Amino acid sequence: MQLTKRSIVVSNKEQSFAEKIYFPAIIKGMAITFSHLFKKRPTIMYPEVKRQYSDVYRGQHILKLDENGAERCTSCGMCAVACPAEAIIMESAERKKGEEHLYREEKYAKTYEINMLRCIFCGLCEDACPKEAIFLTDRIVDAEYERDTFIYGKDKLVEKIDKRIDVTKRQTPEVLEFKKLPGLKHNELYQKKLNKEKH
Amino acid sequence: MLEFIIYKSIICTIIFVVSLGIAAYSTWWERKFAGLLQDRWGPSRAGIWGLLQPLADGGKMLFKEEIIPNVSNKFLFVLAPGLFIVTAIMAGVLIPWGPSVKIGETLYALQVSDINVGVIFLLGVTSIGVYGIMIGGWASNNKYSLLGAIRASAQMISYELAMGIALIALIITAGGTLSFSEIVAAQDKGVANIVWQPLGFIIFFICALAETNRAPFDLAECETELVGGYHTEYSAFKLGLFLFAEYINMFVSSAVMAGFYFGGYNFPFAHELYQAMGLQEGSWLISLIGFGAYFTKTLIFISVFMWIRWTIPRFRYDQLMNLGWKSLLPLSLLNLLITVIVEYFRGNINL
Repeated sequence: MQLTKRSIVVSNKEQSFAEKIYFPAIIKGMAITFSHLFKKRPTIMYPEVKRQYSDVYRGQHILKLDENGAERCTSCGMCAVACPAEAIIMESAERKKGEEHLYREEKYAKTYEINMLRCIFCGLCEDACPKEAIFLTDRIVDAEYERDTFIYGKDKLVEKIDKRIDVTKRQTPEVLEFKKLPGLKHNELYQKKLNKEKH
Repeated sequence: MLEFIIYKSIICTIIFVVSLGIAAYSTWWERKFAGLLQDRWGPSRAGIWGLLQPLADGGKMLFKEEIIPNVSNKFLFVLAPGLFIVTAIMAGVLIPWGPSVKIGETLYALQVSDINVGVIFLLGVTSIGVYGIMIGGWASNNKYSLLGAIRASAQMISYELAMGIALIALIITAGGTLSFSEIVAAQDKGVANIVWQPLGFIIFFICALAETNRAPFDLAECETELVGGYHTEYSAFKLGLFLFAEYINMFVSSAVMAGFYFGGYNFPFAHELYQAMGLQEGSWLISLIGFGAYFTKTLIFISVFMWIRWTIPRFRYDQLMNLGWKSLLPLSLLNLLITVIVEYFRGNINL
């Protein structure tokens, strides 16, 4: 039975003279390798040349500050619940008097850690966040030498006040439209499916 | 006498430095060429086109930790890479790099030593080279190293025979001289030896691949079966010397092939060109052009060595032995017979 057109029937027949002396085959092989000298190379010289990314590329996370420079995150834990890879861990604390300029709400995240080795960059944390605090940006997560250093704490995640990161690049009109939906679209579809099954 | 010593030391230094430089840049070109053949770019980070890569590699080899296994024979273990590289460089003394230069009244040959039994010296030195591999493999006290060493020595012995007989045929064609410079000079008037020795050249070329332990005959190293073969236990600069010597060997055998079969520093219409340029015999410009011709041929052969390495898969050990003893040896004898008959009718042999 022939499964593909490329399959070759194996036989134990005697090699012909041309096959025995190897030379025709060797010259054929060398011609093939030589022809590859002039082929187009798929290499992208990375730091100088960058591959074109998608507009909605999901890279390293950021915890946004609001316009006054206070942290938006209120440590509700929605992102940690939404995270399919269970990469997010946080600890809450109560805002003291005099810290209003640091934290927007009365509750804030004392620690907030994302394990970049576990994270699958699905962006569900961003969708889940009710305070628009966490975003995925177009930045690439750096390579590290140790596994421990892949766990990013607040020192790496929170936006620096003097070095704001633009997160609007990923917010294309389609994305914004999608986000307006009361309950996200995939939930809606799921709900419809459930309703159908009930009836 | 002083003049002679100065001249010889200058030539020695130049050839030593050039051999090492070519070996270093062969590693670069090997990687670059391999990359180009495989739709990659090869080294491109160290300097433009990765030209500083050999320096980076050398620096890495120098500063890495040197490990000598405590079960090894330390004296032989240290001796082996040195022996290997010394014999590799030694074979280079024979090569006549260009026509002689006339300075003052004396002619200076661009050759370290014109030994009158140069071909025999060449065969001798290249077979001493295998002792470096054998001693290195044995002194390591490692099964893989020993297997690599055994393979290397068996391979050398098998292919030396065919190579020697192919060279006998060449010597008959070249007019019965064993001196390297005379073999090259004999191709000055007529045509290159390749015209009379096509089969001999193919045999010599295959044997040269085997003698230099290059793919498809790199069974001594054979990283897929024997870890690293004879240099499994070697590290740091001693490993570097082994790898370096392989490239020097390749350089020398390329030069030998270019000289023996492709006319060395001679090229078609050389005399017409020199006459048109109005150059006298012994002019340094003739030497320079001749050297350029020889060097180009050598570099082409080095590239062909690499081209073969990145095309053909490695032979199995029994295939290697079959090829050596059952094909190349009878073929070289046949080639000798044909050569004798042809040369008799050309009138070069008198009975």
